[in-house]
Amino acid sequence: MKTFKIGGVHPNDSKLSASQPIEVMGLPAKAVIPLSQHIGAPATPVVEKGAHVVVGQLIAQGTGFMSANIHSPYSGTIEKIDNAVDAWGMPCKSIFINVEGDEWDESIDRTDTLVRAFSYTPEEIVKKISDAGIVGLGGACFPTHVKLSIKAPAKADVLIINGVECEPYLTCDHRLMMEHGEELMIGIKILMKAINVDRAIIGIECNKPDVIKHLTDLSIKHFGIEVCPLKMHYPQGGEKQLIDACIGRQVPSGALPISVGAVVDNVATCFAVYEAVQKNKPLIDRVVTITGDKMSHPCNLKVRFGTPLKDLIDKAGGLPTEGEYKMIAGGPMMGRSFCNIDSPSSKRTSGILILPESKARRNEEENCIRCGKCIDACPMGLEPYLLSRLSEVKNWDLMEEHNVMDCIECGCCLYTCPANRPLLDYIRMGKQTVGGIIRARAQKK
Amino acid sequence: MIVSPSPHIHNNDSVRKDMLNVLIALIPAYLVALYYFGFGALCVSLIAIASCLLCEWLIQKFLLKKPCSLGNCSALLTGVLLSFNLPSNLDWWIVVIGAFVAIGIGKMTFGGLGNNPFNPALVGRVFLLVSFPAQMTTWPRPLQGNWMRYTDAETGATFLSKLNEGIIEIPKYTDMLFGNIGGSFGEVSAIALLVGFIYLLCTKTITWHIPVSIIITVFAFTGIYYLCGGNNAVSPCVHLLTGGLLLGAIFMATDYVTSPMTKCGQLIYGIGIGVITSVIRLWGAYPEGMSFAILIMNAVTPLINHYVKPHRFGEVVKK
Repeated sequence: MKTFKIGGVHPNDSKLSASQPIEVMGLPAKAVIPLSQHIGAPATPVVEKGAHVVVGQLIAQGTGFMSANIHSPYSGTIEKIDNAVDAWGMPCKSIFINVEGDEWDESIDRTDTLVRAFSYTPEEIVKKISDAGIVGLGGACFPTHVKLSIKAPAKADVLIINGVECEPYLTCDHRLMMEHGEELMIGIKILMKAINVDRAIIGIECNKPDVIKHLTDLSIKHFGIEVCPLKMHYPQGGEKQLIDACIGRQVPSGALPISVGAVVDNVATCFAVYEAVQKNKPLIDRVVTITGDKMSHPCNLKVRFGTPLKDLIDKAGGLPTEGEYKMIAGGPMMGRSFCNIDSPSSKRTSGILILPESKARRNEEENCIRCGKCIDACPMGLEPYLLSRLSEVKNWDLMEEHNVMDCIECGCCLYTCPANRPLLDYIRMGKQTVGGIIRARAQKK
Repeated sequence: MIVSPSPHIHNNDSVRKDMLNVLIALIPAYLVALYYFGFGALCVSLIAIASCLLCEWLIQKFLLKKPCSLGNCSALLTGVLLSFNLPSNLDWWIVVIGAFVAIGIGKMTFGGLGNNPFNPALVGRVFLLVSFPAQMTTWPRPLQGNWMRYTDAETGATFLSKLNEGIIEIPKYTDMLFGNIGGSFGEVSAIALLVGFIYLLCTKTITWHIPVSIIITVFAFTGIYYLCGGNNAVSPCVHLLTGGLLLGAIFMATDYVTSPMTKCGQLIYGIGIGVITSVIRLWGAYPEGMSFAILIMNAVTPLINHYVKPHRFGEVVKK
């Protein structure tokens, strides 16, 4: 079975909610929609205070090339446009909506009927995706229309669909692939048309045998789409690792996947593309996994953006009443731990994980014993022990020389370090500084 | 509530666990030593362990004024490995000196575990070897019938020291495999050491690279010498099974702190040890060269780490 070639670790996958069907989350009384739910410039509001909006109406327009539109997930009145406190306690410009009823924009097809046929040109598809505000739902929230606008001479020859879900605990993509396989196939067909390729590969890890079987059966009817079962291996969901695993091409350091002719999209993104193009429904909701070892009801919820995280956690059984815990937005390897449960969910929220102290606590750090386990674990072939040391002594030039910018921050080094050294913390710090130095140098020229 | 940067889980490996795994892997060899050398082996090992622990504790408490570091079991492991490299009839005070040199000079002068350039147990052993050459090279015979003998044990030369003087008297293979030969008490039984090696591989404490590259290099080097009919040449298999070769290759050379970090670097390091060991054994003044070879390659390790880099993702296409 295929996998990527360098490094990687094998954490216990702990998919507690893998058999829980997707439930639809109810509507909150008040919702907060952040204007920055993607990489790039925040969107600019196009509605005024006091205006009445319906579900699917554009409320904020993408600013410039690298940005994404935001649509109202609710019907109701705009209460105000102001700073809200995000999950990490930082201010973030948001639109506050008083939810009234559930009135949808009439152009949106809300039925469950499959719409198979489409006859759009690639430009029309990219336009529709851009209008719908679709971003990569795998976690990075990179605007999808930017990814699909390939500039010559670069040319894609294969579309790779990320159904790996290598983060432990998360099951939202798993359930989506099980329950919406047909829609997914159509979404993939649309994306293939958009970038003009005739081959698509869906990479799925072998801890989801039901999905592999289901999608393989479906793919027979769709010419050009194949399912590629992959060995369980973190961080296989990383773009570069997935391309290596599926087609054996390594993206050069500092380059984008298109340089080896590949475009990678997440399964949730494909589903959103299907809804946008075939059903005219902009990106207003996504599947979110709410899970944790001590949660009484780990589940997968279809959540409209702007729902307070607290409502989601309550739906899964609420926060533990005793003992310390850590709340994480995303998976345990790359997710960010947060502190404000009143903050809203967004396009970024793929999962909420409540880890008990016993798992989440960091053990006391010791001297580096130079065992080299971090080197064996690093999927980019870097030397984490060295980078972290260089960052500690603030030697930015040497860090750049040792390719710190290649680091994908997957956390394998820290996960595997027997001396519990905070390797990634230092490397991340150094990477930010070195990145700033490189940008400053580029501007001078 | 806890907040920290990612990742939020850990594989629960720890320095202590790795050290304990090595200690567990040494148990078969220790049992064999107790069987063949009885009370002497027990005494030497307990003295070495106790003095290593005491030395580290004293230095941490009174010189460095830092919290006690005995919990990571590295001092315990150094004590055990040092004693495995000593004859079982060594006087107690020599053992104590060896332990204090190993921990005090070999490890703590550099700042404790992780900072030492040389394997502490070998620093202790080599210090004793050059300071007390007579005591360090009189080896008790195995199975003397009297279990309570310690410093009064009957002694005899080992195969390698005889070979160094030009006498070829190869022991039986079964004796070499099971440990019925003279020598430092931890190195005698090849089978017990290999059982430990398999345990270390299964628990992923070490990888095969260092031990296998050393063994193959020594086999090839002494094999070529044997085939060319060199002076006093013996079968390469005998070289592998005698002296501290297996103990050194499996337990001493693989010490995390003093061996290279990358797999490729580890192969270079292993080959280096193999070559130096063979050269010392075949042409050197000392009958046994494993300790010196490992220490020399320890010194080269930072250089290897500097020049041998891991294979980077997407490297081939760049530049």
